[in-house]
Amino acid sequence: MTLSFVIRAMLLLLLIICAIAVNINQNLLQAVIIFMSYSSIMCIVWITLESPDLAITEAAVGAGISGTLFLLTLKKISAVDAGEIHDEKTGMYHTGDTPAGAMKENREMLDHDIE
Amino acid sequence: MILSEWKKKFFRWLDGDYDVMAGIMDGSLEPDESHEEIKHDRKEAHDRLTSSNYSRSMIHAEQKGFYAIYLAVAVVSCIALIGVLLFAVSLLPRYGQENPRTLEVSERYVEKGLEETGAVNVVAGMILDYRAFDTLGESHVLFTALLCVMILLRKDRKNMDPHYEDYYLIGDDTYYPVSKDMIMHKVGMFILPSIFLFGIYILLNGQNGPGGGFSGGAVMGAGMIIFSAAFGFDQVDRFFTMKLSMIVTFVSLTFYCFAKGYVFFMGANHLENHIPKGIPGAILSGGLILPLDIAVGFVVACTMFGFFSLFWRGSIGGD
Repeated sequence: MTLSFVIRAMLLLLLIICAIAVNINQNLLQAVIIFMSYSSIMCIVWITLESPDLAITEAAVGAGISGTLFLLTLKKISAVDAGEIHDEKTGMYHTGDTPAGAMKENREMLDHDIE
Repeated sequence: MILSEWKKKFFRWLDGDYDVMAGIMDGSLEPDESHEEIKHDRKEAHDRLTSSNYSRSMIHAEQKGFYAIYLAVAVVSCIALIGVLLFAVSLLPRYGQENPRTLEVSERYVEKGLEETGAVNVVAGMILDYRAFDTLGESHVLFTALLCVMILLRKDRKNMDPHYEDYYLIGDDTYYPVSKDMIMHKVGMFILPSIFLFGIYILLNGQNGPGGGFSGGAVMGAGMIIFSAAFGFDQVDRFFTMKLSMIVTFVSLTFYCFAKGYVFFMGANHLENHIPKGIPGAILSGGLILPLDIAVGFVVACTMFGFFSLFWRGSIGGD
């Protein structure tokens, strides 16, 4: 049992674990991040299979661009928390100082104006 | 008389002013729908998506039996599919071992590839010379995907309800340029030159080493995405607009079409094509592979950045 065999087996095992974890994870943000790590592992597997062409493409498209598009989609459908902090005592949502929080505050102000 | 009427209608339809289905099928937004309803829907969707037991909360008591059967069928079919695929894999030759049944074509590629295509990288010779129309189809698939995303997500004056304009736009990051982010800005300044250089290197080196049009274009598109995220869309709009993107894509695809069509036409009729192969290993070698690589790379880079830009703010820029 050589070292390269062990590394290869570990990579494939990680690949299977990632593939199953993407499917059973209920949190969409975590699922996207696991999917991106799946692509990164796949990139290394392509290198061990001696096809660097595919490795470059996998790294750029799989781990980079498709993950970004997934994250943007999650933001569009409001599946990611918009930087708000839940206050346990009052049960209210406070927006933080992040741009996302400011955006949400602005949106609420506009809602108020329309009403 | 009637013909000219139809012609006028057709061009109005092309311009997007005239709806063929108007009056027959009404799919327009009701402008008087209350904001409360929309807000309620959005909040409900948000709660549903963020709650961790989303799928469980959907199941009512009377659906439990169905759910059990559904689960059992899903597991059984999944295991059956895994079994079939593993059986198919067991019939394949071992990795790295020769299989005489499938070697006819690959033998030809390995033996005569360098001589016939002039490319050191046999993979580039295959995808851009022997099977060039396959790559042309892929580029067109990308272009079509960009057009579909544009149909769905593009925001311009024509397809926006003026009543809701501010309401929807306020949720966009167009009002909050990301270039204010110090870390992103500085990191972008450091890594962007190397990313673009690497992309261009991959793009131009497709015939000699690993890389080529698709990977080079993807790296350059990712570089443009990082550029827009680090410096804001204003900086991208100064040199990259929707018009430029469309022109570049169109010219690249047309060039690919005609160049490869010429070569295949000449080859099929046993005529000599006058494209020099060059010295194998040099940058200018491999005949048409380098120009085709550049064409594919432009299409892929425009598509990748177009996806990102349309997903983020609903336009590629310049309108």
